[in-house]
Amino acid sequence: MTAQPTGIATYNFAYLDDQTKRMIRRAILKGIAIPGYQVPFASREMPMPYGWGTGGVQVTASIIGPDDVLKVIDQGADDTTNAVSIRAFFKKVAKVAVTTETAKATIIQSRHRIPEHPLTAAQVLVFQVPIPEPLRFLEPRETETRKMHALEEYGLMHVKLYEDIARHGRIATTYAYPVKVEGRYVMDPSPTPKFDNPKMHCSPALQLFGAGREKRIYAVPPFTDVVSLDFEDHPFEVQTFDQPCALCGAENVYLDEVILDDHGGHMFVCSDTDHCEKRRGDSTSPSWGGRAEGAGGSGLATTPATSTPALRADPPHEGEGKEAE
Amino acid sequence: MDIATQSIDGGFAEPVFNAQAVFRAIMNAMARPGTVQPLPQLARPPAPLSATAGAVALSLCDNDTPVWLDPPLQAEAPVKAWLGFHTGAPLANTPADAHFALIANPKEMAALDGFAQGTQEYPDRSTTLILLVSDLVSGPSLLLEGPGIEKTSMIAPPGMPRHFVEQWKQNNQRFPRGVDLILAAPGSLACLPRTTRIKTMEA
Amino acid sequence: MYVAVKGGETAIANAHRLLADRRRGDRSVPALRLDQIVEQLALGVDRVMSEGSLYDRELAALAVVQARGDMIEAIFLVRAYRTTLPRFGYTNPVDTGAMQVERRISATYKDLPGGQVLGPTFDYTHRLLDPELAACAEVEMPAQRPVEPEAMPRVSAILAHEGLIEADGEMPLDHVPGDITREPLQFPMARDIRLQALSRGDEGFLLALGYSTQRGYARNHPFVGEIRIGEVELELDVPELPFAVPLGSIRVTECQMVNQFKGSAKAPPQFTRGYGLVFGQSERKAMAMALCDRALRASELGEDVVAAAQDEEFVISHSDNVQATGFVEHLKLPHYVDFQAELGLVRRMRAEYEARQNEDKAEDKREAAE
Repeated sequence: MTAQPTGIATYNFAYLDDQTKRMIRRAILKGIAIPGYQVPFASREMPMPYGWGTGGVQVTASIIGPDDVLKVIDQGADDTTNAVSIRAFFKKVAKVAVTTETAKATIIQSRHRIPEHPLTAAQVLVFQVPIPEPLRFLEPRETETRKMHALEEYGLMHVKLYEDIARHGRIATTYAYPVKVEGRYVMDPSPTPKFDNPKMHCSPALQLFGAGREKRIYAVPPFTDVVSLDFEDHPFEVQTFDQPCALCGAENVYLDEVILDDHGGHMFVCSDTDHCEKRRGDSTSPSWGGRAEGAGGSGLATTPATSTPALRADPPHEGEGKEAE
Repeated sequence: MDIATQSIDGGFAEPVFNAQAVFRAIMNAMARPGTVQPLPQLARPPAPLSATAGAVALSLCDNDTPVWLDPPLQAEAPVKAWLGFHTGAPLANTPADAHFALIANPKEMAALDGFAQGTQEYPDRSTTLILLVSDLVSGPSLLLEGPGIEKTSMIAPPGMPRHFVEQWKQNNQRFPRGVDLILAAPGSLACLPRTTRIKTMEA
Repeated sequence: MYVAVKGGETAIANAHRLLADRRRGDRSVPALRLDQIVEQLALGVDRVMSEGSLYDRELAALAVVQARGDMIEAIFLVRAYRTTLPRFGYTNPVDTGAMQVERRISATYKDLPGGQVLGPTFDYTHRLLDPELAACAEVEMPAQRPVEPEAMPRVSAILAHEGLIEADGEMPLDHVPGDITREPLQFPMARDIRLQALSRGDEGFLLALGYSTQRGYARNHPFVGEIRIGEVELELDVPELPFAVPLGSIRVTECQMVNQFKGSAKAPPQFTRGYGLVFGQSERKAMAMALCDRALRASELGEDVVAAAQDEEFVISHSDNVQATGFVEHLKLPHYVDFQAELGLVRRMRAEYEARQNEDKAEDKREAAE
């Protein structure tokens, strides 16, 4: 029952053998008990390359059961090739139900985004993490950064952020923006845009982070403080966009810039494809967020007029797709 | 029934899926301290090891994890044989060497700080204690707060260790070092990770 | 009208189909059989087994053909399969002194007990392309020698008689050998762990690092004490049985590098060792491994750590080609969400920069006018 013969090689339910799963499960429990602390684990080679989400895949494979419903996104989209590939992998090795609907999923594995639709206590969000160590770009040695975490010595990070302000007038970090978890560990939120950082704070969902190549697992339990690092005179702020999604009209969501031609024509659309589709299917449902129901909605999506933001050919106007003042 | 039979019987009927189900209950309990996670009877270990504690051990322990048994369990050869056969876990010589500790009689157990606490660099190298309790509602109420708890939550396991609230406060103060607890009751379990603070306790 | 790109599943399926087609190539050319690869591309198969950390010629050959001859891809396939295998136990250490030797050479002695045995080496071949090979000419059978009754002791054992070489990698009595495939790495690491990592490390990376030590970046005066290639027995201790159970034999290449050492505060003047051991026949890898092993012992022997090859965290963190290729190649995955965030920042900073420039220009004009 646990293995299906495939010629000369055979594989287990959810690919990993039970001994490996137990090792990963123990690491997950320690991660939950010590929020934001990176638990070393003996990461295995997976059938997809390191860098393609092997950490997230190992975490998902270790928690998933036959009753789970899995959603996989990359860049916020269910249809990016790597998301399609990981979803197909679990469909094949664990035969679980898969969905693109955020609300229907029990496990959501993500690379680079947190869904726009609010998560619930019945969901687990699994992040794929390339470099779990938030101090790595300041100090390449693991022996040193481990000491810094042990001593809660995060001065280096504050110096870096402050140098940004001195040089650029602002903190020039737009993604993988460091956070402090429950007042103790500085943590890398994975390369999500900092737009998503506030969603990590006191989320009802359990958030698990897997870094396969770097062999680390960490976690943020539900209802846990996740605070983006900042300074009193330079408070943390998220990106805002001057215009709504050109397809569904959503505001206060993260947008992708889609290039339409080779002379500057572009439009902005939801990065979260499920959120966008839901809104276009049901643009007045209050549960789908966005403060501009009616202002955008399905009307924009079906009207190919040059006067809409969707097909503008002029260069981007000042302040487009940028951060709040 | 002789020891050999007892040690072979009573494991998971469907090892892969049962282990997953038990782990998810533990994970949910650890992520939401104080919540009671139901767990069907999936293992039948020899007494005094309970079905819930046995299932937890089967899902988490193996030959990489030394397990410490408290004296009532230590005294039972069938328990040791059962754990050995089903998990392969070696017995820890001292509480400080244990990855997991199974405690049949929490009231009389050794002090929490006698178990592995992890180090400041590797706080994960600590003992996870599995305490057998008769239920999660009939003891003194513990009001909980901390990560995983929206405002407060409540749990009331009877027969907890002596001076538990004071011991637990000291466990909190050792953070990030410290031990985590799994409370194994008949048909359910709950967890107290080291981050959970006990606010008050009814008399 | 813009429509979000769909159909990733179909695109991937079609890409896989095309890949299968290109792998097979011209259908009028006979398909490769695994036994042909095992027999005729044996050194490639050996490299896949060695860096894939799985001793199985047939699976390695399958990986080579499935990877279209891309060695790192083949190594990756084997490693991913290895993940799913249960662990039954650990064999006893192999005794390379008792090896059925096919090749054995020493650069430190002209002759020695057991003799120099050249074996199947490229060393003295003239690298002239051989048209007869292309024509599939008949190959004559090899010359046979009678089985040598003489023992073939390891050169390091010969040196040890004089007390001029350090002891053979002794570990504390209570040391339990680690397993890099089961435990997370931790720096600094014991030598057994480091040797495991080097043994599965990328041949090219270790070759370049070993070469760098010869050119003065952590020079450590190496001599090839001995290289031996051949079959060693594997034995497993089973608790229920009073004797070790033989499991069969594997082919390995062992290199013992002997390094001059002037002595330090920590150790007397003596010869020190660098050690290399890999699956199959791969002298280049075993030698590079031995050079790196010796360089990485710098701190242990009280030498200054001045070069890349001596830096344990640098070498071991970057020696695994499956990890390296994954992370380098992952840059081709979509990163547009993060790029969008950077785009917004650069646009904003650029606008501010231009505003400042314009102000400065206006200022200059005003000053010039005044």
